[in-house]
Amino acid sequence: MDLSKEKQLELLYYMRLTRSLEDRLDNLFKQGKIVGGLFRSLGQEATAVGSAYALDSKQGDIVSPLTRDLGALLVMGAQPREVFANYLWRATSLSRGRDQNIHITDLRRGFIGTISPLGTLVAVMNGVMLASRMQKKKAVGMVYIGDGGTSTGAFHEAANFAAVQNLPLVIVGENNAYAYTTPTTKQMRILNLADRVKAYGMPSEIIDGNDVLAVYGSAQRAVDKARDGGGPTFIEAKTFRMRGHAAHDNQSYVAKEVIEQWKKRDPIAHLEKVLRDSRIADEKDLASVEEKINNVLNADLEWAESQPSPAPEEAVGGVYATEDQPKAAGA
Amino acid sequence: MSSITLLEAIRQGLWEEMERDNRVFLLGEDIGIYGGAFKVTEGFLGKFGDQRVIDTPISESAIVGAACGAAMMGMRPVAEMQFIDFISCCFDILTNYAATSRYRQGIGIPMVVRGPCGGGVHGGPFHSQNVESFFLNTPGLKMVEPSNPYDAKGLIKAAIRDDDPVLFFEHKFLYRNPAIKQEVPSDDYIVPIGKAAIRREGKDLSIITYGAMVYTALDAAEKLKLEGIDAEILDLRTLLPFDREAVLETVKKTSKVIILHEATRTGGMAGELTAVINESAFEYLDGPVMRVTSIDTPVPYAPPLEEFFMPQVDDVLKAARQLAAY
Repeated sequence: MDLSKEKQLELLYYMRLTRSLEDRLDNLFKQGKIVGGLFRSLGQEATAVGSAYALDSKQGDIVSPLTRDLGALLVMGAQPREVFANYLWRATSLSRGRDQNIHITDLRRGFIGTISPLGTLVAVMNGVMLASRMQKKKAVGMVYIGDGGTSTGAFHEAANFAAVQNLPLVIVGENNAYAYTTPTTKQMRILNLADRVKAYGMPSEIIDGNDVLAVYGSAQRAVDKARDGGGPTFIEAKTFRMRGHAAHDNQSYVAKEVIEQWKKRDPIAHLEKVLRDSRIADEKDLASVEEKINNVLNADLEWAESQPSPAPEEAVGGVYATEDQPKAAGA
Repeated sequence: MSSITLLEAIRQGLWEEMERDNRVFLLGEDIGIYGGAFKVTEGFLGKFGDQRVIDTPISESAIVGAACGAAMMGMRPVAEMQFIDFISCCFDILTNYAATSRYRQGIGIPMVVRGPCGGGVHGGPFHSQNVESFFLNTPGLKMVEPSNPYDAKGLIKAAIRDDDPVLFFEHKFLYRNPAIKQEVPSDDYIVPIGKAAIRREGKDLSIITYGAMVYTALDAAEKLKLEGIDAEILDLRTLLPFDREAVLETVKKTSKVIILHEATRTGGMAGELTAVINESAFEYLDGPVMRVTSIDTPVPYAPPLEEFFMPQVDDVLKAARQLAAY
């Protein structure tokens, strides 16, 4: 695959930014500063980053990431400070303290926050692409679904609808082997998520979700095809969730050996080896990526922590257009 | 001006909005080639084309999900439920997505979900429901139910132009009912969402109702007149957010209230209205707020069962006589 040195380094940057940002979030959760839950994408960074990297915001492309797709948000231009602020329920965060984790939206930059019921956003993204087509735009949409999410009715209705309408939508199926505690063997009697959309006439690819270059290549093919009127594609990325469902879950139901095996396939270590072997980057380059990330995260966390909490009465308003709208938060 | 049915009024409203605003489009089951199960959208496909009149799979979640997404991006979708009973198939999209979007992410969902509701046509448990109670407890949604052609046309236009998601209930018993045909202006007008209308002035008691039950109330009022009871009838027209001022005004005027609806009793509109009246007009009341509703069962199919299930004029008379004793 033809990907410039700069772009390969950028993929590394986004993957490491995702991981370091989540490390910080983990600490904030342990300190009790983040409430509710903390959902990490540890081990899955390549899937989120590599897929969204194929999108082009200049063409109006739009992505709806799941909770484990922080990397896709960052690729689309969400700033770490916005992620910190939302998790820390600040009044100036994108959801203004009204919704949790990375449920954040900015249509201008091309990301639409998910909601917790699964499959819903596949149906919503169909409408986003219908609108795009009616408005004569050439935008492509990308939406994520997990192995568990592919069991929902909304997913099946929406996948079929996308196929029937030939919508420019790329569905990234992240098969990370577990839906909370339930293994894929208890989700379905087939091996591949991709087999689920065959019946809808939707083309699919199955890729190594821990190989960011493979993910990017597959996503770019699907995005190009969608933009050219070729309709939707389902990409199954085989990966593994290296932590429990959320911070409270110690993953006791997964065999230690399985986790050890997947550790050897760490997506960041994998790309770093590729970059070293091809002499695109040396230790010094890699260290400078890390330094840059630390500087960004230090500054952004400091900013987010300095932001005000919402006043209690800010719970009111903004339910209907006719009410006073809370001030929109800035980036 | 010509005299038209409630169905024709909705058809005209949709047609005019599609002509006026090319962001408006329709999607639903059998709405294109066939023109819809009740023919509300007959002729639309030929006029507006298959990009704006979209026949869909039988997938209510996909239909309303697509409407949400398109609405977010500046379109004005109108999704048809073939029967409003099937709206429960897309409960998640409506309650978790459409209703919360503006609050969570500051993005409105200007979408209409419309369809035929109500009983009295022997449609059985799955073609006769009134679904407003499911959604009354969902802030972020609006609900509208017209009782006559003038309102139907004005309200469908208002719903399409509204910046929030509107559930639009069309009582199928009224669709082609010749008795309620009305002359409707041919020039553009709307009936504002959130405003009730007095259908009959009276001084002795108030019947607060909506949809097809407006006519049950009117029939009851004629009989009550013979008994010397002068009933006022308030047609809510919008169920969420309902016209609180109009409700309290009629209560303060007559001091006796019957709330009449075709939806089942427990957890219904009547319960909510009763609570509001108790909180805000208790000292004006001369008797208990009475509920006349369908009974708490699924909608039965057989004509005698369905008649027993639904509120009848006699049920209203009984409640009115009870109230008159206070």
